[in-house]
Amino acid sequence: MMIEIRGLNKWFGDLHVLKDIDLDVAEQEVVVVIGASGSGKSTLLRCINFLEFAQKGKIYIDGRETDVKSKKLHLVRAEVGMVFQHFNLFPHRTVMGNVIEGLTQVKKIPQNKALEQGTELLAKVGLSDKADVYPAMLSGGQKQRVAIARALAMKPKIMLFDEPTSSLDPELVGEVLQVMKTLANEGMTMMVVSHEMGFAREVGDRMIYMDEGRIVEQGEPKELYSNPQHERTKAFLSQII
Amino acid sequence: MFDVPWDFTAIPRFFPGFYVAALLTLQITFFGILVGLALGLVTGLMRLSNNKLLNMPAKGYIWIIRGTPLLLQLMIIYYGLIDLVSIDRMPAAIIGLGVHNGAYIAEIFRGAIQSVERGQREAALSLGMTPAQAMRRVVLPQAFKRSVPALGNQFIIALKDSSLASAIAVRELLLRARQMGSATLMMLEMLMIVGIYYLLMTTVLTLLVGRVEKRLQVSDYRD
Ligand SMILES: Nc1ncnc2c1ncn2[C@@H]1O[C@H](COP(=O)(O)OP(=O)(O)O)[C@@H](O)[C@H]1O
Ligand SMILES: [Mg+2]
Repeated sequence: MMIEIRGLNKWFGDLHVLKDIDLDVAEQEVVVVIGASGSGKSTLLRCINFLEFAQKGKIYIDGRETDVKSKKLHLVRAEVGMVFQHFNLFPHRTVMGNVIEGLTQVKKIPQNKALEQGTELLAKVGLSDKADVYPAMLSGGQKQRVAIARALAMKPKIMLFDEPTSSLDPELVGEVLQVMKTLANEGMTMMVVSHEMGFAREVGDRMIYMDEGRIVEQGEPKELYSNPQHERTKAFLSQII
Repeated sequence: MFDVPWDFTAIPRFFPGFYVAALLTLQITFFGILVGLALGLVTGLMRLSNNKLLNMPAKGYIWIIRGTPLLLQLMIIYYGLIDLVSIDRMPAAIIGLGVHNGAYIAEIFRGAIQSVERGQREAALSLGMTPAQAMRRVVLPQAFKRSVPALGNQFIIALKDSSLASAIAVRELLLRARQMGSATLMMLEMLMIVGIYYLLMTTVLTLLVGRVEKRLQVSDYRD
């Protein structure tokens, strides 16, 4: 298993945000997470990348348990790529600077080698001509593709996407989903919080419905979509269509 | 005809004679700001730490320095500590101005660091950077840029505040004016000369800060 989560519980103060989460994600699996706003989807992803620490439960990444107090926590994060709803590109670095930041700073790869890899990655996301541009000059779709390239540069074992298209203008959603589809087809293990049902049905191996901090229901996306078992899932799906 | 008691032709005549004093003013200000920037960065970061052993001393330092007059601080360093250490007047002035500005600059940096979106640090961490790397490579460059206007303002205050070093016998502009005024019996004229020096220096500093701000803006983004 690439990700194993056992009995995960997370509180923000008195607010119980994740409740007894058990989840396995296999290598090369693409898991799509859906659920209402505030149901804990982002927090779950952030716990897997240790941007948040759960108070109870265990998370194994590629079979290894992570000690959140470890001084090596950053090395675990390097193996788990994350793409954010609001891109979070580094505005003071060019597109290429963003993509090679992890290579030069974390992997300590020499600049010229990093640039070679950066060039390949930008070609992969279709932004070769934007290497020397600053993020502010890009459209939302382009920004998100740079963010994906930046995360991929670390050659992560897992990619987490937190609503990667929900702050994009509708006409820019497709280009980002296309890059994600390519990734999935190449065998990347992915967890994607997204309500893009077309994407979920096409590339998702499994869909998870979360409500109030619990995994209420999960299954093959087409199956879950057309034949939800729980009332809450039905109600939620009818809302988002 | 009124008999004007002042001789303003003395201003151009005596003006060049304040050159050395002006250099002293610039030296105190420059080195005071350097000390203040270093102290301000360290204190600003300590202030943001979750560790009480780090943030409590930083809070205490800022509280004391901002709550007491610079003139008093200079006097304590130069006269008050004389039994403990005897510090020369120039170093005393630089330390005094530096320690004083450090507290204000710490607050400027703290505010600027806090204004950088949380997602920036998170993106850096998610790439595998250590918290220190995320601070140095991602948060601080953006924070520095945002702190330039406030820093420029603080530098101008520091330049003018350096005149308080006259109280610990540093022969910078203001003390020079008082001495020359007594010697020539042309106090107003000498004080006006010093005023012109300060105006020139603050004007140049303001222009410089404006240029830096502009350069930072065109070099990239506005996102
Ligand atoms: N840093 C935080 N501090 C306090 N509460 C938070 C924090 N982050 C999220 N929450 C709360 O936790 C709940 C789950 O949030 P989130 O995981 O972002 O949900 P989702 O991504 O499904 O919309 C929400 O009620 C949210 O307000
Ligand atoms: Mg969310």
